[in-house]
Amino acid sequence: MSDKVIYVKNLVKKFGNFTANDNLSFEVYAGEIFGFLGANGAGKTTAIRILSGLSKPTSGEVNIAGFDAYRETEKIKKNIGYMCQKFSLYEDLTVRENIILYGGIYGMTKSLIRERLSELLAKLRFQEYENRMISALPLGLRQKLAFSVAVLHEPKIVFLDEPTGGVDPITRRQFWESIYETASRGITVFVTTHYMDEAEYCDRISIMNEGKIVALDTPEKLKKQYDADSIEEVFIKIARP
Amino acid sequence: MKRFLGFVKKEFLHIFRDYRTLIILFGIPAAQILIFGYAVSTDLKNAGVAILDLSHDEITLRLTDKLMSSGFFKRTETLLNYSDIDQVFKKGNTKAVIIFEDDFGKNLVNENVAHLSIIADGSEPNIATLVTNYATAIVNDFTVEFAGPQLINIVRISPEVKMFYNPNLKSHFMFVPGVVTLILILICALMTSVTITREKEFGTMEVLLVSPLRPVQIILGKVMPYFLLSFLNVLLILALSWLVFGLPVKGSLLLLLVECMLYILMSLTLGILISTVSDNMQQAIFISLIGLMLPTVLLSGFIFPIENMPKIYDYVSSILPPRYFIVIIKNIMIKGTGIMYIWKETLILIIMTFIFVGLSVRNFKIRLE
Repeated sequence: MSDKVIYVKNLVKKFGNFTANDNLSFEVYAGEIFGFLGANGAGKTTAIRILSGLSKPTSGEVNIAGFDAYRETEKIKKNIGYMCQKFSLYEDLTVRENIILYGGIYGMTKSLIRERLSELLAKLRFQEYENRMISALPLGLRQKLAFSVAVLHEPKIVFLDEPTGGVDPITRRQFWESIYETASRGITVFVTTHYMDEAEYCDRISIMNEGKIVALDTPEKLKKQYDADSIEEVFIKIARP
Repeated sequence: MKRFLGFVKKEFLHIFRDYRTLIILFGIPAAQILIFGYAVSTDLKNAGVAILDLSHDEITLRLTDKLMSSGFFKRTETLLNYSDIDQVFKKGNTKAVIIFEDDFGKNLVNENVAHLSIIADGSEPNIATLVTNYATAIVNDFTVEFAGPQLINIVRISPEVKMFYNPNLKSHFMFVPGVVTLILILICALMTSVTITREKEFGTMEVLLVSPLRPVQIILGKVMPYFLLSFLNVLLILALSWLVFGLPVKGSLLLLLVECMLYILMSLTLGILISTVSDNMQQAIFISLIGLMLPTVLLSGFIFPIENMPKIYDYVSSILPPRYFIVIIKNIMIKGTGIMYIWKETLILIIMTFIFVGLSVRNFKIRLE
């Protein structure tokens, strides 16, 4: 677990006079499930945008999958996967077409895409859906598929921005199973969530408040430290002192 | 490059899967041209004509007879004085009034010159043009018959053509350039702004931005299919207008196509700009339709001549790209002029394209931050 895939030191991001990220420092290791928590407006989205190479930090050191976030954003992009709350799949394309599209965007060869496609369909028991439009699939299946597509090119890190928003508990449960499975293959999972019970599934979590990281540890240690029964309590104690 | 091609292919799939897009892309232009085509059909049959014969001699009767037996005209009424003209037009079934001056026959025999007036109902410009053209042709025919070949240069019946209600009558051919101008900017700007905001709204834009595709590739990939399809559209419109009402391109077809490409490109960049300032598809559609269609129809010189506008509208219309393209396309299609006469307008379109690209890039960067 000593292999650092995300290394952030003294990261600052300012918009004019407003400091969205104030001196963030943390590390994430290969194969880890890292929970990134915080209230709306705490600066999570800004941080994720920097980590995924979408925007540049104002100052501080940021290294993602071995690449520098100032100069090597193109290389970072090739080594990460991304899935957001809204579906990242095209509803008017079939399962197969979506996979071919994303595989192509990430520069995978045709034969590799075809191989992964059949693997994926078999694993998810999706064969019968191969040529169906995404719009014809139930929500839970779409979500699973979106996640599989986000890790199709075997990235080093996958960023999940509130992936389970608006999904029923059973589907969320299943979704977390695929997250575990992915992490066990050595892919780092960086996930933001609103659901505090989900935070308990993470290896380590960080909690942001007003642009700063105010807590960072394993769920168990945080609960002990704040004398709380659940992460939800920890969160409330931190956010509303 | 391979990444990019896959992305372009996906955009085509979007277009061909959505029949509404296809209808807007090809159905509407075809319908517009056909509607205009049939509305200005060059067949003239039994158009209502009233006669005001102040001379009432043998020659005016012969000429009237010739007009009525041509099959193009049908006499609706015989008027007795000028004051009846307004009345007869208001009834609607009379498209023109033909007036023979006092002593028409006598003048023609004695002085070799006679005058008649053709007054047409200018509220229906296309029919008015046809009626007056046909009537003039028949009168000229009659002159030749009457005078015989030897005297053709001496004997003259001079028809004076006047329009009622719409003195600055524009030729119906003006509609095709106008329709091309309107359709291209609408479709290009509307389609691109909608297709880009759609990605934003569905959240796929974020995924694309995080992917190794560069922003330029994303935008180009989204716009390229529309560029190709719009160009196809131009060919379709030109072919239809040629087939339906035989409107030829008088100038260089190559120049016309190049100018169309420039105009399409300009419209696409305008669409990109619209997409950078709108958050969802409704906004994009609203800006494209209200912000582009109305000004284009009203202020670009498509229907109403800019020369007749108050100065303030003239200024407003000078920032509208269609105003310049209408000049370009009219010059090439109808007058057959070359680049020498339209380079200024062309240059303005090029500059506008660059301005739109610049503004889009700036907005896009602000959004990314």
